[in-house]
Amino acid sequence: MSKDLYVVAEQRDGEIAKVTLELLGEATKLAADLGEKVVGVLMGDGIKGKAQEMIEAGADKVIVIEDPMLAEYVTEPYTKALTALIKEYDPNIVLFGASSIGRDLAPRVAARIHTGLTADCTHLDIDMEKYFEFLHATSTADTDAIAKKLGMDDKTLKMTRPAFGGNVMATIRCADYRPQMATVRPGVMKLAEAQPGKQGEVEDFKVEFTPEDMNVTIKEVIKETKKAVDITDAKVLVSGGRGIGSADYYKELQKVADLLGGEISSSRANVDAGWIAKDRQVGQTGKTVRPDLYLACGISGAIQHIAGMENSECVISINKNDTAAIFDVSDLGIVGDVKVIIPKLIDALTKYKAAQN
Amino acid sequence: MDFKLSKTHLLQQEMYRKFAETEIKPIAEEMDETEVYDQELLAKMHKYGLMGIPYSREFGGVGGDYLSYALCMEEVSKIDGSTGITISVHTSLCCSCIDGFGTKEQKEKFLRPLIDGSKTGCYGLTEPNAGSDAAGQQTQAVYDEATDEYIINGGKIFTTNSGFADLCVVFALTDKSLGTKGISAFVVPLKNEDGSRAEGVTVSDNIRRMGIRAASNCEVSYENVRVPAANRLGKEGQGFKIAMKALDGGRIGIAAQSVGLAQGALNEALAYVKERKQFGRPIAAFQTTQFKLADMQTKIDAARLMTWRAAKTKDEGGNYGPEAAMAKLFASDVANQVCREAVQLMGGYGYCREYPVERALRDAKITEIYEGTSEVMKMVVAGSMKIK
Amino acid sequence: MKIVVCIKQVPDTNEVKLDPKTNRLIRDGVPSIINHDDKSGIEAALQLKEKVGGTVTVVCMGPPQADVALREALAMGCDEAYLLSAREFGGSDTCATAIIISTALKKIGYDIVITGRQAIDGDTAQVGPQIAENLGIPQISYTEELDINDAADTVTVKRQYEDRYHMIEAKTPCLLTALQELAEPRYMHAGGIIDAYAKDITVWGFDDLKDGLNPDHIGLNGSPTKVVTSFGKMAKGAGEKLDVTPDEAVAAIIAKMEEKHII
Repeated sequence: MSKDLYVVAEQRDGEIAKVTLELLGEATKLAADLGEKVVGVLMGDGIKGKAQEMIEAGADKVIVIEDPMLAEYVTEPYTKALTALIKEYDPNIVLFGASSIGRDLAPRVAARIHTGLTADCTHLDIDMEKYFEFLHATSTADTDAIAKKLGMDDKTLKMTRPAFGGNVMATIRCADYRPQMATVRPGVMKLAEAQPGKQGEVEDFKVEFTPEDMNVTIKEVIKETKKAVDITDAKVLVSGGRGIGSADYYKELQKVADLLGGEISSSRANVDAGWIAKDRQVGQTGKTVRPDLYLACGISGAIQHIAGMENSECVISINKNDTAAIFDVSDLGIVGDVKVIIPKLIDALTKYKAAQN
Repeated sequence: MDFKLSKTHLLQQEMYRKFAETEIKPIAEEMDETEVYDQELLAKMHKYGLMGIPYSREFGGVGGDYLSYALCMEEVSKIDGSTGITISVHTSLCCSCIDGFGTKEQKEKFLRPLIDGSKTGCYGLTEPNAGSDAAGQQTQAVYDEATDEYIINGGKIFTTNSGFADLCVVFALTDKSLGTKGISAFVVPLKNEDGSRAEGVTVSDNIRRMGIRAASNCEVSYENVRVPAANRLGKEGQGFKIAMKALDGGRIGIAAQSVGLAQGALNEALAYVKERKQFGRPIAAFQTTQFKLADMQTKIDAARLMTWRAAKTKDEGGNYGPEAAMAKLFASDVANQVCREAVQLMGGYGYCREYPVERALRDAKITEIYEGTSEVMKMVVAGSMKIK
Repeated sequence: MKIVVCIKQVPDTNEVKLDPKTNRLIRDGVPSIINHDDKSGIEAALQLKEKVGGTVTVVCMGPPQADVALREALAMGCDEAYLLSAREFGGSDTCATAIIISTALKKIGYDIVITGRQAIDGDTAQVGPQIAENLGIPQISYTEELDINDAADTVTVKRQYEDRYHMIEAKTPCLLTALQELAEPRYMHAGGIIDAYAKDITVWGFDDLKDGLNPDHIGLNGSPTKVVTSFGKMAKGAGEKLDVTPDEAVAAIIAKMEEKHII
């Protein structure tokens, strides 16, 4: 019978990705609800030493597949290795990070095995009570109907994900095929505290490759990060209004944006004043944005501006005037001087990041 | 009766809309401020067929009809009135003269480059002393038997597109004694093949205007400009008929431009009133606002239906002149009313240059003037009613 | 060379809302468009064709209304179009969809298959790789740049990752999934629209594909994954407003960023 939760590690240059550790933490909770174990899958070349990190992050066991074919990520060798492993071990659940690797590998494997795969999940449940708790807290979903449909003893993986650009959430199940597979969005699951010195089993799994398995050729690996310039694509926008005082202050806001992996944007007034380019203007005569975080600095919140950002996932605003309209659409409003808060925020974020690494 | 657009027309409409919103909208305000028509935009319009819609594939056109052309005019004018007139003068004034009255050779030589994307045309009828009274022409064309050429002398004013156009259909007297029957039409290159100015042709700087400021509009003077007799469209003396025929069709384009200006302004106002809050609620919640918007949309729909009817009649080979005149008369009035109301609904913001309704209101005025004033439209309509 | 582009017609997601009472999608009046990544795939295909010759075929699975998406592709310059449409196909998840499309592709033939990376309605990014698997050909997803050699038998792809690019060479046949950045799609040509409606679009239903299709693996019932429920997110409550010392304010901002998983 299919059993255990498998987390497929993502590694680049021998380093385990953060999303893998997040998944191990989440899998530990789900495994408890199932009474099953968490198994890490580590693929690469000369990677075995990293197994302990996965154990400390929550894995009960780590299966390692090592081969020169797996040095850099290439779809076919990884697919072949993982498919062989799944056929051998028969997992109940397999989780991947929803990264540009996980979202390439998982569908290929799912198709080869012919099982279901749910993309880009933001919430996972086994236990029905916990699932309903989540639904009650975040939605208007009709839990009675769901209880009738699934029964309260259901132990399948309930995979919840956004669709239609985040306008709608959906919970998906794969009841009739195993393993149940999902990719999970990085940064969504909380990182569990590592347990240094935790013991776990490390097992080797051998896959026979042929030269034909390398069916494409990597000619070159170029390491650089891509920078979004379209503010409508940015996950975080640090937006400046009149309250920032001068064009020069965008440099400070840019520091905040860099720390958060975001972009800077603007209200109309500063564009008109020539402080910043028109393509960064948010609002009725600018762009409509919906980032995960909109940090409004010294923006009063004219209705024309709000029309362009009110669908942001989270709005934090800083404004001297405690009656500023921007506070009405903010998750968190700070009454205060941007020029005092921002330098402190830059410090705090820098320290926060340093502590993370 | 069928008021529904065909699938082909619907998809064209979508394409023109998308083009206008993506290509024209970001630069419309700047073109208006600088009073310069963006030549890259012009090249793109040529590339995607916007400059040759109602002309046959045989000569490199799109193979569409006048209804398609009207749809294009409406969509681009929703965003920018200047682009509307740029397309209109090229298409329904310049090209239509050659298409309607040119020989196969003339179409091959002059029409093809105009509609397959390489050249832009204009139309020279109006003179400083001959506006609504187009028959009062003074520009002359004298035939030179020795070279089989005409020598053109005179001056035209308000020649749209002339600042960058490659050629112009020019109307000139070949026989002063015959009045309107003494006017002939000529295809006159304004530029040489290398792009330099043709000999004897002088194009002034842009005439500074209230609206459609991005459109090129200049005085063009012709001093001993020699054109081969083979450039004459139709027979000697047919020029006035050619000019009037072009204007009949052109009016459908201007009617569609008016509908576009009005609908564009209404769309802006509609978005605004939903967001703008006064007295504690969006101004869209006030019935007075809703009624105003209802009136605006009703007028626009009426104007649009009249425009489409005229286009359809033309496409079916019917007598579309009076219908086109009625459509232009009505639609241009609607454009002015609706744009004015749109500014009013948006209050101080509507009056600001940042919001496009300010530009639309300025652009709208000309629709009551060019390609026949509203008064001339009434003459055409009355004339068709057999009143006397 | 035969290039096949798989496209999806999607609702413009900026306009999609959920009915708060019925939890159903309000689709009325929401315009349908060709998915952005797919459209960029069409453009890339047309550019390949302009370079090395051949034809561009466009394939769409969807309801009969998806006809207009195919017409648009034709008006951009594609040569032929197939619509895969049948009651039996309805409700398919990505796995079942990929089975249906790959069955059609086997019948149509291909040298290069291009799909969008992901559709804006589902955001799964799964169908492209799953088609490649079913066809048994290599896939290169997240294609940001694409070139082809003169012999038209090898493509070079700049494949995007979060922190790097791979320059990948692959022999045809292969499948590429296109990022929106891959190519700026051209507009339809006004005349192309007229031509598009003069052409025939091949419509294939279940019977046309049944030789290669297992009826138990398609449609709602044949899909391994099933939707339990869909719901809208709860409306935002009134946020908190703090008038505190700057240090407390910064601490509150950091806490909120953590809570929202921004950091």
